[in-house]
Amino acid sequence: MITLIQEIVAGTLIVLGMFFFLVALLGLLRMPDVFSRIHTTTKGDTLGIGLIIVGLMVLSGFTALSLKLFVTLVLIWITTPTAAHLIAKSEYERDAS
Amino acid sequence: MLNFLLGSTLFLSLLSLVSIYRAFQGPTPGDRIISINLMTTLVIAIILLLSFYFSEESYIDVAILYAMIGFLMTVAVVKYLQKGSLK
Repeated sequence: MITLIQEIVAGTLIVLGMFFFLVALLGLLRMPDVFSRIHTTTKGDTLGIGLIIVGLMVLSGFTALSLKLFVTLVLIWITTPTAAHLIAKSEYERDAS
Repeated sequence: MLNFLLGSTLFLSLLSLVSIYRAFQGPTPGDRIISINLMTTLVIAIILLLSFYFSEESYIDVAILYAMIGFLMTVAVVKYLQKGSLK
């Protein structure tokens, strides 16, 4: 059963995650340079998905479902910074040549 | 709670629509890739929220697969940009 405290905590976390996604999108649209766009987007992205998944884990309670959500979170937290690093490296090499 | 989940899904899908603008406009290839990367993460969040809205546990596997394929897409496109071929 989902209690009221669980709902309040999960709702706050999900709203915070949506706020960070909004900040990442604003950085993607408004920043002047490629590297600053990569920087802003990756940070807001990672923190937003982390907060949303932690909110859903609070909502689901301590079950096998929350373990699966945790696996998703770890996968995303490994792959997103790696992808940003690759993109920044390719842009840097393209700039230098 | 269900209405809240549906509303946050709608908000995130609106954000992913707006992020197409940079993929269309962006002057360098890195802009396009990072915009599609943001859209991938947004779609993962949408799938997870919808799995709680419909209370379908199997949608979480779809989200894991989508994360893996998004990372593979980024690596492949960056390698193609650097070397000119996928070999």
